[in-house]
Amino acid sequence: MSVSRFWRKIPQRYNLIGTQCTSCGRYFFPPRSLCPDCRRSGKIVDHKFNGEGTVVTYTVIRSASDQFEHTTPYVLAIVELDEGPRLTTQVACLPEEAKIGMRVRSVFRRIAADGESGTIHYGTKFVPVE
Amino acid sequence: MRDVAVIGVGCTEFGEHWGTSFRDLFVKAGALALEDAGLSGENLDALYVGNMSAGRFVEQEHIGALIADYAGLATNHVPSTRVEAACASGGLAFRQAVIAVASGMEDIVVAAGVEKMTDVGTGASVDMLASAADREWEGFAGATFPGLYAMIATDYMHRYPLTREQLAQVAVKNHENGAKNPIAQFRNRITVDTVLNSSLVADPLRLFDCSPITDGAAAVVVVPLERAREFTDSPVRVLASAQASDTIALHDRRDISTLDASVAAGKRAFAQAGLTHKDIDMLEVHDCFTIAEICAIEDLGFCKKGEAGRLTEEGVTALGGEIPVNTSGGLKACGHPVGATGIKQIYEIVNQLRGEAAGRQVDAEIGMAHNVGGTGATVVVHILGA
Ligand SMILES: [Zn+2]
Repeated sequence: MSVSRFWRKIPQRYNLIGTQCTSCGRYFFPPRSLCPDCRRSGKIVDHKFNGEGTVVTYTVIRSASDQFEHTTPYVLAIVELDEGPRLTTQVACLPEEAKIGMRVRSVFRRIAADGESGTIHYGTKFVPVE
Repeated sequence: MRDVAVIGVGCTEFGEHWGTSFRDLFVKAGALALEDAGLSGENLDALYVGNMSAGRFVEQEHIGALIADYAGLATNHVPSTRVEAACASGGLAFRQAVIAVASGMEDIVVAAGVEKMTDVGTGASVDMLASAADREWEGFAGATFPGLYAMIATDYMHRYPLTREQLAQVAVKNHENGAKNPIAQFRNRITVDTVLNSSLVADPLRLFDCSPITDGAAAVVVVPLERAREFTDSPVRVLASAQASDTIALHDRRDISTLDASVAAGKRAFAQAGLTHKDIDMLEVHDCFTIAEICAIEDLGFCKKGEAGRLTEEGVTALGGEIPVNTSGGLKACGHPVGATGIKQIYEIVNQLRGEAAGRQVDAEIGMAHNVGGTGATVVVHILGA
């Protein structure tokens, strides 16, 4: 991913900042600037999520693109945040530990690297809640 | 609105065409379709080309013009438009051609699809295919395309009684059909054990659950039904052309293992054609992964959610079954040159309805094609009738 494209969403990627439509109360992560329910009448503000959620579904990636190949195998999941929205994320746990319904919380981690000497991308991953 | 008919079809062999370029693939398929329709290029009114990612696979954009040029249509200045909706690009190109003819704007139109995927390495192609999903919020986290369908499979198998063996049976059946298709990339038969012993790609999906990387092109010619008999004795009518969208990211869907866009496009197609499921004799569905065929059969309404695995195991979807699915071998065995797949589905149905499908011929008068972009953000459904 290009450097500018990555940096543009740094606050969102690092701190799990999404948005909320104050007209209907719905939360969005990844952030949206238009509420699909209220459309033009919705008012959108930033919202920092508390970072806890539940695994909805998951897989173990064994074969990845070049950027992620050095990380395989890794657990990829769809996590539903307690506030409602769902996101796609890695879960830092052993493949055999991953379960539907598992409680997880967000942590700040290295996500990928563009080649040996390229940019290192950081962002949010999730870990199991003890 | 005018009724529309298909009067000619053509398709290259699918596979790894090391010696054939992107443009040569297209020209070959186009020539076969025109020959089948008894046309030469000069009477064409327009061209619609489905292509997902020539910009990244062969570093070439402006595909519409390139193809018009090498198809010998540039000197006549035939309008040529590239259509893109990831793996649904071909189905969408066909739909654009149908709309153009139905509207009365154009009379003799070619719809084509082409993809040249084997010029790049596996890691690079995995990355390109992931761009059919949400690059910023799925791809960034490390989601591959098989990984997303694997998460559908995990959710599905958690909620419904689908066994790993039933899932493998989808690939076994599609290889059985591919073995009888002269254009198929894989013409070898496999067993459930072949699938279960292949390497894991993204749990629970294994290598033999996944469609391959493929080069190929397909083309069809559509005209107003009222003119079809000028060109052929066996026109195939377009009874419905439907399309639906959903969220780009899998995580934003209402239900992880239901493709709501398949449900919506299927319902629209049945309504347009004034038909019910009993009227459909065969299906070409988008089995980019085995789990995708299971979902497609259910989401299009041919059985209840959770039943397609059992029906597959019982042979209901096999060549001799009640509702044959993917007689071409599907994406799994016939191959999946992404932009060409949706047109190949039309090619297969036309061959079947004309009774020209040789060793894999089924008894069919009406067929349905189902083409998916991404994990279901675009779905295109067509119904064709002899
Ligand atoms: Zn709202």
